[in-house]
Amino acid sequence: MYNVLAVSFGEIFLKGKNRSFFEKKLIEQIKLSLKGFRDVVVYKDQGKVFIETKHEEDMDGIINKVKKIFGIVLISPCIKVEKDVEIIKDKTKELFKYLCSKKEIKTFKIDTHRSDKTFPIKSMEFNADMGEIILDEFENITVDVHNPDVHIYIDIKFNCYISSEKIKTVGGLPVGTSGRALLLLSGGIDSPVAGYMIAKRGVEIDALYFHTYPFTSERANEKVKHLKELLEDYCGKITLYSINILDIHKAIKLHCKEDETTILARRFMMRIAEKLALEKEIDMLITGESLGQVASQTMKSMAVIENSIEMPILKPVIGMDKTEIMEIARNIGTYETSILPFDDCCSVFAPKHPTIKPKLESIKRSESNLDIEDLIEKALSTLEIL
Amino acid sequence: MEIYLDNSATTKIRQEVMEEIKDVYENNYGNPSSIHRKGLQIEKKMEISRKSVARVINAKPEEIYFTGGGTESNNIAILGHLNNSSNSEVKYNIITTKIEHPSVYNTFKHFEENLDVKYLGTDETGKINISELAESVDENTLLVSIILVNNELGTIQELDKIVETVKKKNKRTKIHVDAIQAFGKIKIDTNKTHVDTISFSSHKIHGPKGVGGLYIRSGCRINSVIFGGNQEKGIRPGTENTPGIVGFGKACELVYENFQDETDKLYALKEKYGMRLKEEIEDIKINSDLTILGAPHILNVSFKNIKGEVLVHYLENKGIYVSTGSACSSKAKSDNRILKSINLDRDYIDGTIRISFGYFNNLDEIDYVILNMKESINEIRKFMK
Repeated sequence: MYNVLAVSFGEIFLKGKNRSFFEKKLIEQIKLSLKGFRDVVVYKDQGKVFIETKHEEDMDGIINKVKKIFGIVLISPCIKVEKDVEIIKDKTKELFKYLCSKKEIKTFKIDTHRSDKTFPIKSMEFNADMGEIILDEFENITVDVHNPDVHIYIDIKFNCYISSEKIKTVGGLPVGTSGRALLLLSGGIDSPVAGYMIAKRGVEIDALYFHTYPFTSERANEKVKHLKELLEDYCGKITLYSINILDIHKAIKLHCKEDETTILARRFMMRIAEKLALEKEIDMLITGESLGQVASQTMKSMAVIENSIEMPILKPVIGMDKTEIMEIARNIGTYETSILPFDDCCSVFAPKHPTIKPKLESIKRSESNLDIEDLIEKALSTLEIL
Repeated sequence: MEIYLDNSATTKIRQEVMEEIKDVYENNYGNPSSIHRKGLQIEKKMEISRKSVARVINAKPEEIYFTGGGTESNNIAILGHLNNSSNSEVKYNIITTKIEHPSVYNTFKHFEENLDVKYLGTDETGKINISELAESVDENTLLVSIILVNNELGTIQELDKIVETVKKKNKRTKIHVDAIQAFGKIKIDTNKTHVDTISFSSHKIHGPKGVGGLYIRSGCRINSVIFGGNQEKGIRPGTENTPGIVGFGKACELVYENFQDETDKLYALKEKYGMRLKEEIEDIKINSDLTILGAPHILNVSFKNIKGEVLVHYLENKGIYVSTGSACSSKAKSDNRILKSINLDRDYIDGTIRISFGYFNNLDEIDYVILNMKESINEIRKFMK
């Protein structure tokens, strides 16, 4: 039925002079996201962006992809036709018939919007003309301008667009309009959600995954890679780095207090992430920490962990309950992958009784037993792009 | 360097088998049900394969039914034995062991609603207690299903004694044998051992995957559980996997011709590996019998303060492939059932691995494997203490 998708942008209209930059980013993202479809054209008609396909059967797939693009607030599948009154009439009838086949319709309203003032018939007049045609053609139908079962929109620009459905989408800002951040991506539920939330505000995401192979399985890599691919639908291309920190765990195990293991390991992860981020000219880190969820996420623990670096850490799920995080994970489609059992299977490195009130002085004393710089360099030498 | 020691999971196909399969795909691609010559040609080849398979267990070719693999054979047999027995006033019972493969264990679980299901325990070597079996069989026992060689431990059950015990208590009780790990590894003679059905699989003996077989003793009738055409006398309808069947036949031929030499070689490997491990690694438990009382190709060992899964990954890094007996991830949780049944010390359960040998292994590999096992275990234990 539909051959064009109309796209409405959100907040970017508020951004004044930057508007064309934002719009350009968004169009890039749309094109990237629709790479898998044949014969798709993205074009503008009197300031509005449209996606046109030669294959109507692809429209559902295109909608599913575009729905996930940040910066878009509304999409509307349309029939694009020439500005010929007879053609518009025929297609409007056709659309109405199609809508009747999908649900029961008793009332309707025609809503014409004439951006092209050279079009000879005025909007109000055109509404009345088209309404009459529908009333003549279909039985038991009446007009209701206040609360109709269906709305038919006729948008007259350089071309004419006939539509009925407006689909609300994710909103946010186009990815790449707010700089870059490095997401510490584990295989769990929280970190993909954290990445999603920051990307939603226009941030381009790179991801870093720490593993302890051979203490973890290569299948865990596959899982994280899959999570990255799921996030890419929203975030655009993500570079996923992996780093092996087995030697760091080993050093901690041999030289430090058991209850401080997790805090010490997290401090190393932050230092490594900061170093990698600086090297890649990235400004901030993102973690999936949620206050009080585990021992390393108490106020004291987080304070001690963050003390290890200078770079700011974004924690978008910090104030959320687990169930709230899970709900977002389900909505964005990462939940099912996150709960697969391949990661963290061996709790070898987790202390039996982790401290929840670490003292910075004590942690620093433990670290004085370790060659921190050397361990970080060695870990960075295992860097791979997955 | 690649040393594959996971032959109980599956095996690498032998070149001779590969060539036969290729020939079927390229030249003998007909459907045996077709009445033209192309159909006849492949039908003849299939019947030759049936003979080769039958010979391994000293059965008649007409007692062999080709299936889609071991799990399918076990299902067809058990469901086929029991299918019309559930709507009766008498509460019938069926008996199996606690150390069955999931394809039998879960099929028995499926019947718990309608039948009394008894799971026999084992001793510390994995053998069932014959007197417990004798006590369990009564006039309402429909079926006894036994895994001849356990897939994790390599324990061989005393099949002749089992058959004698069951039939003495109830002549009508059917006996099914899961011989998937036993087939081609230990002698099975259906002429002497009167069981009703036996299941086996091709890919455990260097044949292709996706094909297996079921032996049904002449005179024993089982109900169809899959419906379709009349292929395999209606027991396993559907167009035959002819390349698989011909490949399976070839693999059986190779097994039959060199049975003694090959099993001798496997026994030698098992014994040498077992002895070396015991001598060179501390805090170890050998869970398999190192003599001919156990299967030739399975060596199950446990190490204290080790996670089997981690050891598997350390060894894969060196090109050595073994498998875990137990895993802390849920992927293989059910296998704990077997280790629990032999009452393995808790400190050892997590550190259990299975080394299983095949045609392509030889003693030249042992030094490399033992050295890397030692090194890996030392390394892992640093973290575990």
